[in-house]
Amino acid sequence: MAELVSLGEAVQEAVHDGDTVALEGFTHLIPVAAGREIIRRGLRDLTLVRMTPDIVYDQLIGAGCARKLVFSWGGNPGVGSLHRFRDAVENGWPVPLELEEHSHAGMANRYVAGASGLPFAVLRGYAGTDLPSVTSTIKQVTCPFTGEQLAAVPALNPDVAIVHAQRADRSGNVQLWGLIGVQKEAVLAASRSIVTVEEVVDELTPMPGAVVLPGWALGYVAEVPGGAHPSYAQGYSERDNAHYQSWDAISRDRESFDAWLRQKVFA
Amino acid sequence: MTCDGLSYSTQEMMAVAAARVLRDGTSCFVGIGLPSTAANLARRIHAPHLALIYESGAVGARPEHLPLSIGDGVLAETAEAVISVPEVFNYWLQPGRIDIGFLGAAQIDRFANINTTVIGDYAEPKVRLPGAGGAPEIAASCREVFVVVSQNTRTFVEQLDFVTSVGHGTGPGARATLGLRGAGPTKVITDLGVLCPDPDTGELVLTEVHPGVDIDDVRAATGWEVAVAADLRTTPAPSDVELGMLRQLENATGKPSDA
Repeated sequence: MAELVSLGEAVQEAVHDGDTVALEGFTHLIPVAAGREIIRRGLRDLTLVRMTPDIVYDQLIGAGCARKLVFSWGGNPGVGSLHRFRDAVENGWPVPLELEEHSHAGMANRYVAGASGLPFAVLRGYAGTDLPSVTSTIKQVTCPFTGEQLAAVPALNPDVAIVHAQRADRSGNVQLWGLIGVQKEAVLAASRSIVTVEEVVDELTPMPGAVVLPGWALGYVAEVPGGAHPSYAQGYSERDNAHYQSWDAISRDRESFDAWLRQKVFA
Repeated sequence: MTCDGLSYSTQEMMAVAAARVLRDGTSCFVGIGLPSTAANLARRIHAPHLALIYESGAVGARPEHLPLSIGDGVLAETAEAVISVPEVFNYWLQPGRIDIGFLGAAQIDRFANINTTVIGDYAEPKVRLPGAGGAPEIAASCREVFVVVSQNTRTFVEQLDFVTSVGHGTGPGARATLGLRGAGPTKVITDLGVLCPDPDTGELVLTEVHPGVDIDDVRAATGWEVAVAADLRTTPAPSDVELGMLRQLENATGKPSDA
């Protein structure tokens, strides 16, 4: 049963050094505030899982929280590079970052397998690419019915999944709508979960296309208005594209990133 | 930047040329950047019934301004359907339901294979690029693929540093052997011209040059000896309507705010 707690309590209870952690949200509803809470608590040696690392993982990587990254597309969407990610991969700064990289289709299916309680997922993917030669979690299987060769990827079952949503009720039932990404799959695949929400309300009125995650399937729910910024929560905020553009300069060198950490995270 | 004596830039010519190849009534899997610009331009000019599918889950999106990312709110708000990411890849892309995939490239070779992963050695990269995203399966499963990319010898290379997405592999029959069901890249649109694969060899052939571009410009910007079609054509220059609409779209991207 979901516990309604503060973000600090949720991260303290659910996230530990060395955990495999998935902060999901495909462009929309990215749990950026939860990422900063992880940095603030000085967590280390995390395996970070996320389809699109985005600014949230650029921050965690630059702050030295991550040992390994499992991902499929590591750029600043519409802007360019994630400079802290690149500095970690190219120069091992602040700590070396092991990579396990997939395609979006592979990552999405890995979450589906994880949520489904299956050991692996099967897809038409990766054929002819160099990805299987650098990623040991891409194999081939033969279809037992047709003999066709298909790609197999292992289930993702993170220790903790963290997502952001529009709202929750007082029983911890969570409702999200708009671009729903792989949030549901990530939460159901993980052993523990944290959902940050824009607001806690008395009643979840139906919304078109909404996904409801029942409170009994969740760990912690924390009210964090604006917790997805500079990503957004449809119906509450707009994507702050200017912030994504300004992140390019903030993250480009180590000094300006450290200054940002001191001013925006540790202040 | 504008070309000498021309009232438009080479990037604008590329976007307009890319928009023109999108046919009305088809469906198009759209990546961010030039593909998104071209697709939205096409929808406003000659292809009002072009269905745009963004990997974030917006199917049939009709954004009124260009989104900065594949997940801007304007996409979901204007879409015919909003679906989860696993559904995008499993139900829509994988079965071959989508007509056109639109891809960019950091490196491309003569068979239109694409690298978006690393420059240099994978373990010790000179430049770490964003990686695969949706591209490998878009390249595999869309009925056909258009690549939009600026042409220079850093990009048009003899040998890719990494194969992220397969074009025509090693040549004729390679896609079938790999089990790739779409036709693969049928056009590569650049800032200099348009290249199409030779049906017999799978190798890219220069079929169009943009106004003011010589064959020698294209040769100098290509890391292999590029084949040139016997009936090489010149791309019609962007019309006032195309340019006006393109500039209007681009001016409306992104909004100021405090960082």
